[in-house]
Amino acid sequence: MSDFLEVLSNYDILGAYWINLSLTFFAAIFSLIIGTILAMMRIAPVSSLRFAGTTYVTLVRNTPLTIIVVFAVLVLWPVLGVQFSETFSINFFWLAVVALSVYHASFMCEALRSGINTVPLGQAEAARAIGLPFLSAARLVILPQAFRGAVAPLGNTLIALVKNTTVAAAASVPEVSILMKEMLDQNGNYVLPIFLTIAAGFVIIVIPVGLAVTYLSQRLAVSR
Amino acid sequence: MADSSVTGVTADDDRGMPAHSGEPLVVLEGVNKHFGELHVLQDINLTVHRGEVVVVIGPSGSGKSTLCRAINRLEPIDDGSITLDGQALPEEGKALARLRADVGMVFQSFNLFAHKTILENVTLGPIKVKKMKPKAAKELAMGLLERVGVANQADKLPAQLSGGQQQRVAIARALAMQPKVILFDEPTSALDPEMVNEVLDVMVALAKEGMTMVVVTHEMGFARKAADRVVFMSDGQIVESADPDTFFDHPTSNRAKDFLGKILTH
Repeated sequence: MSDFLEVLSNYDILGAYWINLSLTFFAAIFSLIIGTILAMMRIAPVSSLRFAGTTYVTLVRNTPLTIIVVFAVLVLWPVLGVQFSETFSINFFWLAVVALSVYHASFMCEALRSGINTVPLGQAEAARAIGLPFLSAARLVILPQAFRGAVAPLGNTLIALVKNTTVAAAASVPEVSILMKEMLDQNGNYVLPIFLTIAAGFVIIVIPVGLAVTYLSQRLAVSR
Repeated sequence: MADSSVTGVTADDDRGMPAHSGEPLVVLEGVNKHFGELHVLQDINLTVHRGEVVVVIGPSGSGKSTLCRAINRLEPIDDGSITLDGQALPEEGKALARLRADVGMVFQSFNLFAHKTILENVTLGPIKVKKMKPKAAKELAMGLLERVGVANQADKLPAQLSGGQQQRVAIARALAMQPKVILFDEPTSALDPEMVNEVLDVMVALAKEGMTMVVVTHEMGFARKAADRVVFMSDGQIVESADPDTFFDHPTSNRAKDFLGKILTH
């Protein structure tokens, strides 16, 4: 046991988890912003916007995340010239954030749309009837209620995002799954304990998120 | 179709009516609307004058709610024209939003903004649409809530109020925009019976103050008491249009006689 702990102490496990959490933090914010815009496009009174929103979701949601991450690293950066930093590691981190955001935005959009479906049509009609244009009606009346009705599915997307940050390994971001592979390669006699340790780390991160989501979805529910 | 000849009711053939002093405010001409195969509004002509209270009655599915909702374009129409104060209803967009601000609407299901307090429900339009200062909007709103008798509920959420109270708040919300006309789409149909009168009382008071109103309702008592004119719709057509006494005592069409026979015998 003490031997195993000594093995663990040779690696910066918390540092690696910190990268996963950083990826989660930025990707959560950006995917929520993009997802909100997409959801508004999908309910907009302009048919071309609805079409664009639907196309985005259909395309991105049905593409494997790994492929989107690889696309960011092999196409977005070298071919399309999107570069965030001269430093390789920082550049790859942000490319991974872009890929995670773009991918999860489609799920955030659909989660939010399920929240919009909890808002009765009459709310939108009442908003329009007092003279609010579409964007104001969305911002002041529909979205505040939609977000509160979408806490649970948005939370599920967040939980998926936490775990999907390990796919950033495909962009060579030194997050925890890359560290795990390195640990396994160098410590063949501790394969199972290393695996369990890394898995437990994710459980420790995700369980509070799940509890918070359950609490908030009840706390914030709109009474009708 | 014995009474199809009277479907083309216009401002000119308000037969037997006291000539209304106000100028035309809401004018529908040749309005048609389909829901798929169903022809819900068939060549509707209707003029509502300033200060007039028009009550629209008819069996369910006759198109009366659709008519009401078409006036502020919550239901777009297929053809024909609707003008408000001489101005044609614009397409979806900013101009339509401006025009809607001048048309109050009270719904069957109240539709108060569920996440906002009673006070915020009333001030939202004045602040966000009319760009009124929050303080002035609050004073206006409290005055209106006082008038409809729910000022003491101002800080509660809609779900904490009874149906009758919610509907009175909805009327205050419509009034806060100082509209030229208020549309009532079956305002008492979702209420428990004991709450109907508190809402009708507010509406009668409004009518007496000279508010222009289009009221879709099944409340015949209200129609008799407050209406300047009763419009009877059936199968997407305006079948009769007359002052309440004439309509209720001497309906001319078979469909109106049939309808009144069904509702008044109980």
